Amino acid sequence: MHEVGIASSIIESIEAEARRRPDAQFTAVGVRIGELSNVDRDALAFAFEALTLKTPLEHLRLEIEWCPRRQKCLACGEEFVVKDWELTCPKCGEARSTCIGGTELDIAYLELEEPCEKS
Amino acid sequence: MREVVEKKVLSENDRLAAELRQRYREQNILCVNFISSPGSGKTALLEKTLGSFAPGTPVAVLTGDLQTDNDARRLMRYGYPVRQIVTGGTCHLDARMVERHLNELGFRGPGLLLVENVGNLVCPSSYDLGEAAKIVLLSVTEGEDKPLKYPGIFHRASLMILTKTDLLPHVEFDPKLALENARKIHPEIDYLALSSKTGEGFDQWLAWLAALQQKTRQEATAAIS
Repeated sequence: MHEVGIASSIIESIEAEARRRPDAQFTAVGVRIGELSNVDRDALAFAFEALTLKTPLEHLRLEIEWCPRRQKCLACGEEFVVKDWELTCPKCGEARSTCIGGTELDIAYLELEEPCEKS
Repeated sequence: MREVVEKKVLSENDRLAAELRQRYREQNILCVNFISSPGSGKTALLEKTLGSFAPGTPVAVLTGDLQTDNDARRLMRYGYPVRQIVTGGTCHLDARMVERHLNELGFRGPGLLLVENVGNLVCPSSYDLGEAAKIVLLSVTEGEDKPLKYPGIFHRASLMILTKTDLLPHVEFDPKLALENARKIHPEIDYLALSSKTGEGFDQWLAWLAALQQKTRQEATAAIS
């Protein structure tokens, strides 16, 4: 529902970067979306495409890495992916664990081509 | 060439929220952010809460809606400063909206700032408003599985309030199951059940709020010394 706002924030970041390096050709942006981030991948991809259409960023690829919820066991330190809301440690059976992944809403990287300096 | 960026998509909102949080700490303001589906009873809870305070208690309210100032009109009757944030279609409040309206309201601490978000269980959970706690409301006329359907907000909320408990005899709602589902997502989430109509459960709610205020004050003092 708010994916247009999220896409706008991503585009603003790229535009700021583009102003900093006017000669670079941006080809892709990588984002990480966690399953607890409340962002829908397809809606984000659609919003991004719609907002960049007929702009200088039209050909920029949006690469989405989906991040499942991950927990770290408070007893043995095991790190595990949560399935079916099971927060119990699969290794030692401890019930308490802390969330270490799944809330991501990050811009991870940009791919760009810069003209080589030729003497 | 790949260049590592590593920044939050909502870093601008996060920056403003951090400024708000700093302001709250300096002025000894406890800010809480109420989030629920439309119609779960956020405004009714705020009305009853404002009505329970002793006159002159330093409290201010910001209430968000897509359209109308109906909620602000309801809340103004209690004599506290209230401001309606009309988002004009945006489905959540962000830190910039809160900052602007807080400035216009001219509220300074110490005191309590109650922020009623736009009725929506999805989008408001992504936007930090600098609050000390997010509070999620679930009414007994909804489904017990809502925490599983909207895990993002139940994961981030410090407290879940079950509302409209006066209707429990008339609906098939199992509070125990709803809490179990919420704790599957967030084992440490606090839980209260209340009725804004009858006042049942309000003592516990006001005690929860007072305890948080006490904790926030102690943290502010510790940060200064």
